Amino acid sequence: MAVKVHPDCRYTKSHEWVRMEGEHAYAGITDYAQTQLSDIVYVELPEPGDSFSQGEIYAVVESVKAASDCYLPVAGEIVEINEELEDTPDLVNQDCYGEGWFVRILVEDPDEVEDLMDAEEYRQFAEEAEEEGAH
Amino acid sequence: MTKQTELYARHVERDARMVEYAGYWLPVQYPTGPKEEHLRVRQAAGLFDIDHMGQVRVSGPDALAFLQRIMTADVSRFRVGRANYSPMCYADGTVVDDTFIYRLPDSYFVAINASNNAKDTRWMKAHHGGLDVTIENVSEETYMLALQGPLSEQILQPICAADLTAMKYHSAVQTTVADVPTFVGRTGYTGEDGFELYFPAEEAVKIWDRLLEIGEPQGLIPCGLAARDSLRLEACMPLYGQEISASRTPLEAGLGWAVALHKEGFIGREALLKAQLEGPTEHLIAFVMADRGVPRHEYAVASDGEVIGEVTSGIYAPTLDAFVGMAYVPADYAEPETEIDILIRDKPRRAKVVKKPFYVPAYRR
Repeated sequence: MAVKVHPDCRYTKSHEWVRMEGEHAYAGITDYAQTQLSDIVYVELPEPGDSFSQGEIYAVVESVKAASDCYLPVAGEIVEINEELEDTPDLVNQDCYGEGWFVRILVEDPDEVEDLMDAEEYRQFAEEAEEEGAH
Repeated sequence: MTKQTELYARHVERDARMVEYAGYWLPVQYPTGPKEEHLRVRQAAGLFDIDHMGQVRVSGPDALAFLQRIMTADVSRFRVGRANYSPMCYADGTVVDDTFIYRLPDSYFVAINASNNAKDTRWMKAHHGGLDVTIENVSEETYMLALQGPLSEQILQPICAADLTAMKYHSAVQTTVADVPTFVGRTGYTGEDGFELYFPAEEAVKIWDRLLEIGEPQGLIPCGLAARDSLRLEACMPLYGQEISASRTPLEAGLGWAVALHKEGFIGREALLKAQLEGPTEHLIAFVMADRGVPRHEYAVASDGEVIGEVTSGIYAPTLDAFVGMAYVPADYAEPETEIDILIRDKPRRAKVVKKPFYVPAYRR
């Protein structure tokens, strides 16, 4: 199966995406991640006002089979969480780069975003991960 | 080495996600997803490859005497053509395994858990001393499929020689399915009406394909282990290794109805009599989360900041659209409506004890 990516996002090796909008960034998990997790039944999000460093655990995604940690792609302060996920966590399965976003972040250092993989690099990375998973 | 079932290629063709379970590669889910698979079984029908399950044939003049010795239920009351549940216990009253026993005209057919297959067989063979009985593990040559859900009867009937409308829940019959000699039980592990089929392993592809050919236009889909687990948990059916184990008695697990304490001489009787007299100190309860979060196996149960028990199984329950689980707690906390906390990632999340089961099985309504 083809790995879906969003051209405007940057990506981590732990399958999170981040997209800059002004000095803020939206973040969530990638299509590869939601496919691997399958039916997502709960997303535990941080509180607005919480701050995290890059790569720190900031959320937990509960799928039918397991609880998985999510790592914040860039350091910053959480300014908004996607409250829709409380009642409809399956938005992450349906539209992971859009309606299924997790948090909006006030980014400390926009250069951190630039250092992440772009869409093409990530597509390759995820396809290799998928290939390995199939064996 | 992990075994592939006869249907391995069929699962892979359908892009199932395969996992290792009890020594077999089995589908945990298909691209449909476990939630849809679960709901489909409640509303239409699902087909499960459960070849990993074990079966033992017990025969010979002393077959009954032998089963009376190792099973907690009173096997002498089992009628031909019926499936009956019975735990099998250690001398200390804890559980070796839980089984389904079919009485046949000339022998008994015992369905056992996949993960306990080898252990159970060794246990049985170690306890037949002095009795004229033959204990044969027939798991290798026996295939097992489960067809579950309200449409099961109408899907199976066109290719089954027996009249299924005449079959009551927990009855069983030797017949044919797709012209293959098949032992059919109106049994299952989902809380729905349905059938479990036992037949020669080499015929698995034929029966699987025929059932899907007939059933898919009516809504039948193949289902994986994840849906099997959430379905059985909604119906509060115990799973060995979680609700029952070598550290729990059937009494604590609420399975006292399958323990015939009046029956003399069965293994574990003295310990169970004592436990019954003293009253179980812990009870297996069902709970529904008030806060959000998925309770999972081995999470702690707390009350007023103090750990009082442990979750055995927990899920998001698709039929109820709620987070639910089962847990062992002290007798004082076992009453429905009691408020408890489940420690999810070390944070107390509120839950409430409820009456079992979450989902009243369709055949009991």
